[in-house]
Amino acid sequence: MTDAVHAEWTKVRTLPGTGWLLLAAAALTVAVGAAAANAVTCPAGGCQLDPAKVSLTGVDLGQAIVAIVAVTVVSGEYSTGMIRLTLAATPRRWRVLAAKAAVVSAVTLATGAVAVLASVLAGGLLLGRHGITAAHGYEALSLGNGPVLRAAAGSALYLALIALFSVGVAAVVRDSAVAIGVVLALLFLFPILSSVITSPGWHRHLEQFSPMTAGLYIQATTNLRSLPLTPWQGLGVLAAWAAGAMLAGALLLRFRDA
Amino acid sequence: MTTLAPYRPELHTGRDGFAQLLRAEWTKFRTVRGWVIGMTAALLVIVGIGALTGANSECGIQNSPNGPSLACPAPPTGPGGEWVTDSFYFVRQPLAGNGSITVRVTSLTGLYSTHGLTAGGAGSPTAGMTPGVQPWSKAGIIIKASTRSGSAYAAMMVTGSHGVRMQWDFTHDVAGLGGKVSAASPRWLRLTRNGDTITGYDSADGARWTRVGAATLTGLPSTTQAGLFAASPGYSVNTTSLGGGSSKGGPTLATGTFEQVSRQGAWPAARWTGQDLQGTMDLALSASAQGFTQAGNRLTVSGSGDIAPATDNADSVKKTLAGTFAGLITVVVIGVMFITAEYRRGMIRTTLTASPRRGRVLAAKAVVLGAVTFAAGLVAAAIVIPVGERLLHASGNPIPPVPVLTWLQVVIGTAALLAVSAVLGLAVGTLLRRSAGAVTAVIGAIVLPYLLATVPGILPVGAEQWLLRVTPAAGFAVQQTLTQYPQVQTVYTPGTGYFPLAPWAGFAVLCAWAAAALVLALFLLRRRDA
Repeated sequence: MTDAVHAEWTKVRTLPGTGWLLLAAAALTVAVGAAAANAVTCPAGGCQLDPAKVSLTGVDLGQAIVAIVAVTVVSGEYSTGMIRLTLAATPRRWRVLAAKAAVVSAVTLATGAVAVLASVLAGGLLLGRHGITAAHGYEALSLGNGPVLRAAAGSALYLALIALFSVGVAAVVRDSAVAIGVVLALLFLFPILSSVITSPGWHRHLEQFSPMTAGLYIQATTNLRSLPLTPWQGLGVLAAWAAGAMLAGALLLRFRDA
Repeated sequence: MTTLAPYRPELHTGRDGFAQLLRAEWTKFRTVRGWVIGMTAALLVIVGIGALTGANSECGIQNSPNGPSLACPAPPTGPGGEWVTDSFYFVRQPLAGNGSITVRVTSLTGLYSTHGLTAGGAGSPTAGMTPGVQPWSKAGIIIKASTRSGSAYAAMMVTGSHGVRMQWDFTHDVAGLGGKVSAASPRWLRLTRNGDTITGYDSADGARWTRVGAATLTGLPSTTQAGLFAASPGYSVNTTSLGGGSSKGGPTLATGTFEQVSRQGAWPAARWTGQDLQGTMDLALSASAQGFTQAGNRLTVSGSGDIAPATDNADSVKKTLAGTFAGLITVVVIGVMFITAEYRRGMIRTTLTASPRRGRVLAAKAVVLGAVTFAAGLVAAAIVIPVGERLLHASGNPIPPVPVLTWLQVVIGTAALLAVSAVLGLAVGTLLRRSAGAVTAVIGAIVLPYLLATVPGILPVGAEQWLLRVTPAAGFAVQQTLTQYPQVQTVYTPGTGYFPLAPWAGFAVLCAWAAAALVLALFLLRRRDA
């Protein structure tokens, strides 16, 4: 297993695009979060604002690039035929997928941690300039604050889970264009559907089952009661999607010709 | 000795016209099973999601928690077929045949509530309301076909901050004298009926009159209801900011003071009758707050509500087209693969050897892809709108009337939106030559801005509008069926179905992006080794 992980790490490390893409993911996450925090306009009467969620808005965009990296790690091998070599070297196929998942999620977690940390720092600085501070009754935006720490750490975990989900989907469909299409469709369609379907039961279920909407509940620090799930349950929904995709990928990899 | 003629195979001169290229690309598309399945899936998913949305968007009013749910009421329909608000206080007399009415308006005042509907129980129904007139509070004179909601009318009025206006049949609005009305600067208004034509005049001194406009109300009955009116639309302030928002609002009341009311023609009734014309779902004060007082030839009229096109309609066409996003993601994936698959398999070298003029290859691909996607989109949109609306209607939603031209614009526009998005995918795929990156870039440029702009509470209103002006997501404006009226103040945001750009202007933005990507792709395709 260690060898398999080492092999995957070497592949990821030596691909020319990976580093740039991860850098772009981190930069976009921080930039969008900072832009969002800077764009906050609060009327004099105050507004219900979730400082942690605003600072971490960039994750919405960062996840798309994380998905590219994760999908490419699997489907890139299929497009070049490298997968046959890989499977010849490691005939226990689940090990290959597990090694890929371990490497990709570790790399994403590290990138995500850096991006989230920078987002929270930038958000605190910019929101503070707009008067959104603990002194004015808002949730204090520091990692010493329990809910904010949970939102920040959870966002990094969210990105890692998105990566695992993408690896699983890519193992199922193999083609990179289709895989990224499926991942983005599952992420973005639920929020669009839940905004048009007004039937209360369906609306609630769509939000509960949506990998993106439910997963991002982890960023909420205010008004937790209005959410249909608790933050950790929400992240659990995404974890279930990721586990399901990985399982399907592992089974298909095991029983299908490469 | 015989000489053998050397074998010479019959050489066909290869034809390399554009038609042959199109045929080659069509053959490539048709024979890849995944693409044909994908295109069919795009069609089915658009119809399926539309049906799902239609069947699960109940609109109903439940009188008791477990009681039967009654369908939502439909607003009245105006003479033009559109939904209207027709709720105001009307001080009227019948007018037989031709005639005219002239008044001097000396004041327009108002009250508004910032905390929703007033309690009404404690003392007067206007208790706790703040003095202040709304920009489109109105008081003036009106000639109306009947007291039925939505019947034809023409009116001259003073407004809170838009001067004198002549309005007729809900959607027409012409400006007259500017400035606010007061005792020091009164406004004279006159309406004259002559057959089907009603002409409005205004004057600052009662001596020199200016014609403001003339309305032709076809089929106006010989006896009309004419007189004075006052109306004031609901007040609402919506503040949306990142991660949260607030809205406050309530009913308002406008009071106009009229002097020197004079009438020409046959007015058979001896006295004025006051009536509160009430809409079904309008934000208006209860009847007891409205009314009129008369002292000789001086009348004071207080009214709440509005005479205007209805703008808070649920956008049922947009709802039925919710599946466009799923279809769009599918066709973008196919568009990207249409070129990246050639690079992956090395097929691109064969293609470019067969047709060395690379620009034509790209053009042929774009034409084939665009045409196939357009056809699939056209079928999907033409099926899903009527099916979805029928299901929405069955779950209790009133369906707003949509003119045929608008319907065509939405169906053709949706098909074109999908086709141009697929071509954008093809262009970006040619640029990047990497499937995953190209798909993400295009979906990130079209779907993500739309998601951010229309799901409420993510972005502030300014940023939403800006996103739907400059990003390729502006193309979704082509699905807009609602009209913005400058004479109605409401929340015109993308989330409620109002786009910042006109339908085809928004579509042009998407086309500009696709054209720019194609030009860049062409440039790189020529410059780079395949």
